[in-house]
Amino acid sequence: MIEIDEVSKSYGNRRVVDRLSLTVGAGELCVLLGSSGCGKSTTLRMINRLIPTDAGSIRVGGEDVTRVPAEVLRRRIGYAIQSIGLFPHWTVADNIATVPRLLKWRETRVRDRVGELLELFRLDPPTYRGKYPHQLSGGEQQRVGVARALAADPELLLMDEPFAAVDPITRDALQTELAHIHRATGKTIVFVTHDIEEALRLATRIAIMERGRIVQLGAPLDILEHPANDFVRDFVGRHGLGLKLLSVRRIADRLRRGETADGEPVALDASLGEALSAMTTRRTDRLPVCDADGHNVGVIALADLVH
Amino acid sequence: MTPIRNQVLFTLVIAAAVAVALSGFVGYAPNRLVSGRPVSLWAAASFPATFAILAIGVLLFAACFASRGRPLHYAEAGLAVALLLLVLAAAGQAASLLTPGVRPAGRISLGAAFWVLACCSALAVADALQRLDAGPALRVIAVAAIVAGIVALAIAGMFDALSIVREYATRRQLFADAMLRHITLVAGSVGPAIAIGFPLGVAAARKPALQNPLFAILNLLQTIPSIALFGLLIFPLGALARSVPWLAAIGVGGIGVAPAIVALVLYALLPIVRNTSAGIAGVDPAVIESARGMGLTQRQIFRQVELPLALPVLLAGLRIVTVQAIGLAVVAALIGAGGLGTFVFEGLGQYAVDLVLLGALPAIFLALAADFVLQTLSTVLRRHG
Repeated sequence: MIEIDEVSKSYGNRRVVDRLSLTVGAGELCVLLGSSGCGKSTTLRMINRLIPTDAGSIRVGGEDVTRVPAEVLRRRIGYAIQSIGLFPHWTVADNIATVPRLLKWRETRVRDRVGELLELFRLDPPTYRGKYPHQLSGGEQQRVGVARALAADPELLLMDEPFAAVDPITRDALQTELAHIHRATGKTIVFVTHDIEEALRLATRIAIMERGRIVQLGAPLDILEHPANDFVRDFVGRHGLGLKLLSVRRIADRLRRGETADGEPVALDASLGEALSAMTTRRTDRLPVCDADGHNVGVIALADLVH
Repeated sequence: MTPIRNQVLFTLVIAAAVAVALSGFVGYAPNRLVSGRPVSLWAAASFPATFAILAIGVLLFAACFASRGRPLHYAEAGLAVALLLLVLAAAGQAASLLTPGVRPAGRISLGAAFWVLACCSALAVADALQRLDAGPALRVIAVAAIVAGIVALAIAGMFDALSIVREYATRRQLFADAMLRHITLVAGSVGPAIAIGFPLGVAAARKPALQNPLFAILNLLQTIPSIALFGLLIFPLGALARSVPWLAAIGVGGIGVAPAIVALVLYALLPIVRNTSAGIAGVDPAVIESARGMGLTQRQIFRQVELPLALPVLLAGLRIVTVQAIGLAVVAALIGAGGLGTFVFEGLGQYAVDLVLLGALPAIFLALAADFVLQTLSTVLRRHG
């Protein structure tokens, strides 16, 4: 879907992105992870040409991004940012309809699409259509921001720390929604964050960046288990590493099939971290596990978490 | 002791009462050139009028101690509007009651107590509207009620005996011409000032490096006293008219309308440029960033995002320059531009205060009206996003 090839960017003498290459496949949720100033946002903004590259090339869907006018390119790529940037003088419906209207969709189609997206983000359409951004909570604004980015049904979605400014509980809910939407729609998403927990939770692949380069690229579990160097080790953190591993591993991988236990079952696709949490609060070392349809499929035990 | 719940109204009522007790409601002068001898309210107006004014004053005084609520503020607004109209009517009535004893050259002019009473009632109306958190509709209704009342009183001939109206009566056509000329000067300068200042303001918002030299020049212009600027323009414009005959043919010259409009435009530039630039630069960068990220073109961003978001600040700038131009245009009469200033300077020359007022009062009302209209417009626009 995206091929970034030897791309560089400098501001004065400072090289912000240094001959960076990265390929993101269709349907991936690739997280660019790094501390501030590592070049992750710059890389993201070069994909939709908000920042021009100094050298190298970027292709989206096989086509070099400089081959089409920047505005045409951007209308095909969803874009959501931390500060959201909703138009304060437009209603929620008008905000979401921005790109469809730029693309000259018929007004009935725009209306249907806005309703669809509001429902997807659990914002009751009759209530929310006519509201202005200042009437929404931070979490609602960010939902509208992401809905607006998805409005014209782009294949590719770029997100720059979209949940960094909301409170932890809202952030948790928004991450769950994004994971759900990613699974349901199969969009390709490039997601910038400095939050390792967020990256571990959402990513199919993580690119850890330092000084304009990718220092490690891999699946979340991969990076936790085999950090490529000291920077990555420091970044993912020795402290709490075990808990992070638990939060990435799934119950499904450690399931004892066929056994049974008492109590409220946990979900098969929940993390081992959630299992540990449930065991601690319920003072038990065995939990029943059910699949998505609610059928009991086996048991997870305390010993299985650590082996 | 009952606490004072509305200190603003309390202050206004006390001030009005003191003014009525200590100073003249109207002035009586044997001719238009000497200042009048003060005549108090009760000596000048009829008993019913005096009584009604006092009664409303007492009611408003009582209202200062009543517990707050919307009905109370509506009552205050109504009483204050009634008081304002009543004071105007009483002044007209006083003039016609006193006139028979006055020789034909004698004049009945408005006294200190009248001005304080009228101002306090107007401020009481404003205070009540403020407390009602009145929207544009209610404000327009209140102003319309006052204006309609004044027009009705004028048509009924209530003011005919007042000296200022007698000055007007001898100059009807001159006054209409001066008013029209005044409005022409203001519109003729605010229009070009927007045409020049708006692009400059947008440029200043886009290129911050431009701001320092630009604002330095405009600030300097603003510091030149208006009389000096009008005078300074006589020479270059006069020279220009002499060397370019067709400019002279369309009326450009060292004196008259042309230098007046040039000066007014120069004074209007700073507020327009500053507000345009502040309005555009004040748009949240995140909004611009997301607009670019979604694929709006520069032009679309300017027209659909920056301009509407900057509009309240732009309108505030327009308000400032309109009100300022109405005031400055008075001075333009000095260089032969005409307008309401003609009466002011004629009156000053003759030491005839009523003639000065005939120029000054309409200018003040023009400014208030322009301010009110633009303020209402800006509130309405803000409400509709």
